[in-house]
Amino acid sequence: MERAAEIELARQLLEGKPEAFDRFVDHFRAKIFNYSQIMCGHREDAEEVVQETLFKVFENFGQLREPEHVRAWVFRIAKNACLIKRRKSIYAPQQELSLDELMPARGNSRDRMRIEIADWSGIPEDEVLRSELQRVLDEAIAEMPEIYRSVMLLRDVEELSTEEVAQILDLNTDAVKTRLHRARLLARKKFDSYLRASSQPVEKN
Amino acid sequence: MSTHQHDENCKKMFALLSEYLDMELPVDLCEEMDAHIAGCEPCAAFTESLRKTIELCHEYQPKELPGPLARDARRKLLEAYEKMLAGRRS
Repeated sequence: MERAAEIELARQLLEGKPEAFDRFVDHFRAKIFNYSQIMCGHREDAEEVVQETLFKVFENFGQLREPEHVRAWVFRIAKNACLIKRRKSIYAPQQELSLDELMPARGNSRDRMRIEIADWSGIPEDEVLRSELQRVLDEAIAEMPEIYRSVMLLRDVEELSTEEVAQILDLNTDAVKTRLHRARLLARKKFDSYLRASSQPVEKN
Repeated sequence: MSTHQHDENCKKMFALLSEYLDMELPVDLCEEMDAHIAGCEPCAAFTESLRKTIELCHEYQPKELPGPLARDARRKLLEAYEKMLAGRRS
């Protein structure tokens, strides 16, 4: 569903038009389920988070002042429901990964870096490759530290703005940018390894 | 596969690449990055790979969906919504 359609459903619900109810529920159930399953790790927990989140959403719907931010508003409630489910902070500060660790293959001479990059030219044209890479992305998200995972899901998968993600996760915008960059570099690294393993590298200078 | 002797400029731009691709950098820094990338083939290739990474994230489709919504669960949600509406009217 397009963002505009989602906002329209929120507007209709605010105006007291219950015909938007089922579409809104279906749409956000899938979104919240995906987020909570990745953040909580269990299907049962995720199902509960979905129901608890939507209950709070409807209970407080009148407090949604700006329907254009409905997605961010729902995800903030979902994030809090995930926190309660985990009974410990999954967003507790952890030390950021150093960028040096995320740079491509390091060289050794005179403190200089050498980078090695796979052949990415098959993307986006190759449909099969694209769908394989979606599975690689699942693995990349599952393996990354939780503080990066939540930022990537909200910012790049849900396409919320830096400011919205900062509000949802109680972070400042610089922290969101720092974490997003590291999350993307981790995903990129995973894609790159996959592309290298699946194709014969070509030497070029 | 390309190899490249990475210098300090490359390291600096490496740190700013996401903000660059999200167009969140101030104009002067953005122009500096444009100029560097135009003259540095490995950085251009790396930037392109990161841009494609973001594109793949935008296309992400969840592999699992929640089970069907139980009638009772739907009723509870609808009740919460109707109660909220009634509260606003009163």
